[in-house]
Amino acid sequence: MIGHNTLIVLLGCAALGLAAGVVGSFALLRGRALLADAVGHAALPGVVAASLIVAALGGEARALAPLLLGAAVTGWLGLLALRRLTASGRIRPDAGIAVVLSAFYALGTVGLSVAQTLPGAAQAGLTHFILGQAATMTEADALLAGALALGCAAVAGLLFQPLRALCFDEAFARAQGLPVRALDLALLALLLAVCVAGLPAVGLILVVALLVVPAAAARMLAARLPAMLALAGLFGALAGAAGALASTRLPEVPTGAAVVLSGLVIFGLAALAGRRRGA
Amino acid sequence: MPDGATLRTAAAPAPLAVTGLTVRYGGRPALSDVTWRAAPGLTAILGPNGAGKSTLLKAALGLVPAEGEARFFGAPLEAVRARVAYLPQRASVDWSFPASALDVVAMARLPRARWFGALPRREREAARAALAAVGLADVAERQIGRLSGGQQQRVFLARALAQEAELFLMDEPLAAVDAVTEETILGVLHGLAAQGKSVLMVHHDLSLVQAHFDHVLILAGRVVAAGPVAEAFTDAAIAAAFGGLPGRGRGA
Repeated sequence: MIGHNTLIVLLGCAALGLAAGVVGSFALLRGRALLADAVGHAALPGVVAASLIVAALGGEARALAPLLLGAAVTGWLGLLALRRLTASGRIRPDAGIAVVLSAFYALGTVGLSVAQTLPGAAQAGLTHFILGQAATMTEADALLAGALALGCAAVAGLLFQPLRALCFDEAFARAQGLPVRALDLALLALLLAVCVAGLPAVGLILVVALLVVPAAAARMLAARLPAMLALAGLFGALAGAAGALASTRLPEVPTGAAVVLSGLVIFGLAALAGRRRGA
Repeated sequence: MPDGATLRTAAAPAPLAVTGLTVRYGGRPALSDVTWRAAPGLTAILGPNGAGKSTLLKAALGLVPAEGEARFFGAPLEAVRARVAYLPQRASVDWSFPASALDVVAMARLPRARWFGALPRREREAARAALAAVGLADVAERQIGRLSGGQQQRVFLARALAQEAELFLMDEPLAAVDAVTEETILGVLHGLAAQGKSVLMVHHDLSLVQAHFDHVLILAGRVVAAGPVAEAFTDAAIAAAFGGLPGRGRGA
């Protein structure tokens, strides 16, 4: 039997997967998918700092909202750092992402070990943010993450036309006067928000897979973007729900790994189907 | 004493006028101090590889950082965007992108629609008409990766046509296309000219210039020659631009 709390967590993870599929599709087509990896790792120092601040203020150290806010702040700082690093053109984005990702993650792990020497429960459960643990999520946590994710999917849907134009042909979009910078910023913000929403369930190391794997699977099957978004959302939701279910049944398996393995099964099937179709 | 028509023509601002346009890629100048007024009608922009032909179009449209000024119909681009259409090089996009030919052409109608939600039916119909004008009505729903290179080039032409502009900046639409596509593009070109529209086309096949264009701009990092074909398209100018090689017919 599935309990009420488990059901809410399942639905939250499905919503998260849906949003990750939709936002990840745009990120993939814009060539920005790997930024999710940078954001995920850059979030760790923010999570640790937020938990320390909340504990110092005498608040509830396990409350999710402040931790996600902290994650968003340092995730955004990571993106800004990446932009500064690559602005001159001397450091390419792949090297820039590697530098930012490892620097912020190292900072976060140091913060974690410091937090663990402090008295109190400040660090309790923080390690779950690294690999994800849906089983430990409360109903309120799942609702928060799910609502945030669905909001991102809705915004991406509203921006469908201009985002598609930008992803296909940036030069033409700019020549037409589309607000390319603002659209790229919106896409980055959506990517950041989905990554942050995915941290408690999937974890920072594997959240990139939730954005990339369903989108890549859908890319192999769909001839048009609306179909790709629908398929990616469906694949993401399936992977999210399956991973969360596995995590509640086998608590020793991190949710992030279960979600990603479910997604990879879908990816493999899509690759086979795409090959048969000759796409 | 000049009559009214002549006066109006003389006073009408050029479809494109650039002043002191300079572009550097990593310190190396790709385009040096280009000052040029495009005449109305069909203009071929010629020059060897790396002469800055595409760069001129991109710099005028603000797509690459440039010094100098570009004015369209006497105004900055922002003020007259709807009157200017752009056809980038075919190789500049990923044709495996999940979109149909109609999807791509319909992108030209975005500035006429709300920024959110679906494109109105009348805008999609306008895109469909543009596809028909280049002979692609029957492949409108096909994924663009399944079109031939020439058909892809015509999709780009249809997208530019769907912008319903008065000036068309085209970057090598005739590069490596089949005979049907070349004929279609040249037909569209003359149709646009007959409607009083202007085309600036980056182009590499010197053999087509005399038959199809009114004006040329010959570039080699700077302006080598510019003006009516009869005056500016000379062996001396071509030799100067293409490094003294007898470049007729070949020289992209």
